[in-house]
Amino acid sequence: MLKYTEEHEWLNLDGEVATVGITKHAAELLGDVVFVQLPEVGSKLAQGDGAAVVESVKAASDVYAPLAGEVVEVNQAVVDDPALVNADPQGGGWFFKMKLDDVKSTDRLMDEAAYQKLVESSA
Amino acid sequence: MGADTATQDAALKHTPLYRLHIELGARMVPFAGYAMPVQYPLGVLKEHLHTRAAAGLFDVSHMGQIALRAKSGRIEDAALALERLVPVDIAGLTPGRVRYAFFTNAQGGMFDDLTVAHLGDHLLLVVNAARKEADEAHLRAALGSDCEIERLDRGLLALQGPKAEAALAVLNPDCISMRFMDARVLKLMGAYCFVTRSGYTGEDGFEISMPADLAREMAEELLANASVAPIGLGARDSLRLEAGLCLYGSDINESTTPVEAGLSWAIQKVRRRGGIREGGFPGAEIILGQIEDGAPRRRVGLKPEGRAPVRAGALLFSGETADTPVGSVTSGGYGPSLDAPIAMGYVPAALAAPGTEIYAELRGKRIQAAVSTLPFIAHNYKRG
Repeated sequence: MLKYTEEHEWLNLDGEVATVGITKHAAELLGDVVFVQLPEVGSKLAQGDGAAVVESVKAASDVYAPLAGEVVEVNQAVVDDPALVNADPQGGGWFFKMKLDDVKSTDRLMDEAAYQKLVESSA
Repeated sequence: MGADTATQDAALKHTPLYRLHIELGARMVPFAGYAMPVQYPLGVLKEHLHTRAAAGLFDVSHMGQIALRAKSGRIEDAALALERLVPVDIAGLTPGRVRYAFFTNAQGGMFDDLTVAHLGDHLLLVVNAARKEADEAHLRAALGSDCEIERLDRGLLALQGPKAEAALAVLNPDCISMRFMDARVLKLMGAYCFVTRSGYTGEDGFEISMPADLAREMAEELLANASVAPIGLGARDSLRLEAGLCLYGSDINESTTPVEAGLSWAIQKVRRRGGIREGGFPGAEIILGQIEDGAPRRRVGLKPEGRAPVRAGALLFSGETADTPVGSVTSGGYGPSLDAPIAMGYVPAALAAPGTEIYAELRGKRIQAAVSTLPFIAHNYKRG
């Protein structure tokens, strides 16, 4: 199940573990990503905590924890090759996986249709 | 995540190329009161690399162009008058040559940086967009009794990169005989244009001032050349950073002296102590004193360890646990041609030697950074 945040992150929920990345729209806005910093595996994050940093040639942006949970895995591939975030933002360019404190909390996030509406309204 | 969205504010001014930028798919951002292209669909990274490998075309029409003429009709008088505001040998500037200069203030700081071209019957000053009104007022106040000061409403394009010469030669082959920092009036597409062999990328190239109503047509003509791509402000900034060139308002400002900024090379002997036209500009005592005795701090290049870009504002420390910052980063980011983070900043003179290891604070952590010589990328100018 795919969910989205207003901060242009996507979550793919599998059981109580969510894979998190930034959306295609966000990757396009950022431009060429040249650096990614990911959280430590095991770190416990509250919703809205700074979880990762993504930097383009121009600027640095924070990636926030979309929900509360514990980081269980990170994608070293985007650290080694930040361009992956632009090439495949909603696939191989994922950032981290977190075990959610409360799976039901995903109900508060947007579905695909609601997110598309947000993107169109901000264009 | 907090990505910026493109802004299109009706209050922003437009250059003659505004419509062309939109048609080329540029993302427009507010810059110095203008709507300017920060990048085109190619993206900052590829635009940067394209400029170093082939040629890039930049719209710099937002910059100020000011013609300076002496009321006496003698250009020598205009040159001497301008020397009252800049510590540069303008009187010794020969026809057809350009010099880099800066307006100084009484504290020895810099009011703006600029280029001055000798075009035979007048001097052409090109100043920063954000400072052009202030510069014009400054010139009028100080030189208005001796000089005519005319703001030119012309287009300005920069064509930069190893293929720039070939691309401009299609419009007029006379540009081939120009050397770095030459200035010439060339007929391009039927109009007289002020052309200088100069730029802000570290590459060979030209800056071309043309009548505003010809700007779009000339840009399209140059872009029709397969080696020329349009380049936005994003790559303009990463290119100049790799080239070690100062950005006014970031690396230099009213509280940095030319000596601290490593720009003493632009102050010729005739304006220094013992020179035939020593001093005579604002802050001369401080600036000339620093040339002899050294400045307490210096602008240096920095190569941070690892991959994380260290950006403007990052504090610099002499050690990993030192409490008090010794300076800060004034420009920093990722250098696409180096594939590494690079930065510039000010450090005390004792820490300014290349190879000195210092630390930059980044998101609460200290990152080691080596003081480096500038430029980071060797300049590729056509000299001699």
